[in-house]
Amino acid sequence: MTAVTQPNPSAPSPATPNARVATGLGRAPRAVALISGGLDSMLAARTVQRQGVHVEGINFFTGFCVEGHTQGIRQREDLPPKRNNALWVAEQLGIRLHIVDVVEAYRDVVLNPRHGYGSHLNPCLDCKVFMVGRAHRWMLEHGFDFIVTGEVIGQRPKSQRKATMPLIADESGAGERLLRPLSAHNLEPTLPEREGWVVREALHGFTGRSRKPQIALAAEFGFSDFAQPAGGCCFLTDPNYSRKLRDLWGHRQNRRYELDDLILLKVGRHLRPRPHFKVIVAREAGESRFLEGYRSEFTHLRILSHSGPLALIEGEVDDDDLRLAAAVVARFGQGREADEAVLEVRRPGDEPRTLRVRPLRPEEIPLDWYL
Amino acid sequence: MHHELDARRLLCPMPVIRTQQRIAALHRGDTLTVAATDPGALSDIPAWCRVHGHEVCEAWREAGEVYVRIRVAGD
Repeated sequence: MTAVTQPNPSAPSPATPNARVATGLGRAPRAVALISGGLDSMLAARTVQRQGVHVEGINFFTGFCVEGHTQGIRQREDLPPKRNNALWVAEQLGIRLHIVDVVEAYRDVVLNPRHGYGSHLNPCLDCKVFMVGRAHRWMLEHGFDFIVTGEVIGQRPKSQRKATMPLIADESGAGERLLRPLSAHNLEPTLPEREGWVVREALHGFTGRSRKPQIALAAEFGFSDFAQPAGGCCFLTDPNYSRKLRDLWGHRQNRRYELDDLILLKVGRHLRPRPHFKVIVAREAGESRFLEGYRSEFTHLRILSHSGPLALIEGEVDDDDLRLAAAVVARFGQGREADEAVLEVRRPGDEPRTLRVRPLRPEEIPLDWYL
Repeated sequence: MHHELDARRLLCPMPVIRTQQRIAALHRGDTLTVAATDPGALSDIPAWCRVHGHEVCEAWREAGEVYVRIRVAGD
């Protein structure tokens, strides 16, 4: 047994140089801030926190979040775990963070986006409406007064435009209780501003895609370390992931999905040699270990004659299909150039069988099998 | 009272979410040991505890799994 973490119950104190008691409420106003783990939401929360507002964070887990998940699959044990940026931001701000599982409810956003998709399968505008709506519900349930987001006008082509700001406020139900501290000067005053819960003049007027104002504000707040995700925080903006998700839907009778489906799309190489089945081949030892957890649910293949990856088969397969799948999997083992590879194949609930196949050569695998 | 939570095979942030849900139903002074297989839980669960004021009594790795023992704070 090795203790690796010392308890540290003390959270950092929020810097509140402008702290004051707000009018009308008889107490400090309370805001719930959407915390993604990126810089903008961190700055937005700190901006109102410095005005004496009690802030708590909320973070939604949709199943498509880049945070988490794959870091637990491929990570080497000798490296320190990658931090969860939303939790890290909460620690820097000294606020509570509530992480909410919305996988079930989020399905409808992905499957039926009212405002359509972005470049890939990303329903960004519907997503923002959904998340602000959920935060609004949480606000009402917990006796908070308003919602804070890190939105900046003009920063995102789909969801962060001047025209979409009132739309998000209206469709989410948050209305005038939605405050965007970073772009507030470019928007009509909201309820928190009009009621004096926050001072409008101490908010900001950021617009556009430049990050310079945010970097300067971070320096003013004393934040020298912050996450700047280059590819966004959602796998649905990733063309490779979206292609695999489209393939999944295209080969099922409907577009339903479970959380495990979403996770498996992030793991391994995916090849579809025939329309009715797909092979998921681990790319390294960590992925093989992870896929082992699915052996009771999937027909799976393991190379016995050489070192090699574990592979799962998704779909109903006959013996010919199994031989083809085995030849595909053998191509990714150490015996890829051997005349023969021996594999163990096991269907859920059955005894294992042994297959002897010639590994496919790279040129024998059509490129369109790769998803 | 001591409680246990099995968060094995879940990937972060699910072990944190399950911990959060479980602690919501516990009382001040109760202890909870969470077992997980995602190595990220070893940093994420203590981080979540710190921002909520719960005490992390101990966090350790053992046989490919991670464990975090928490003492629940009052609200």
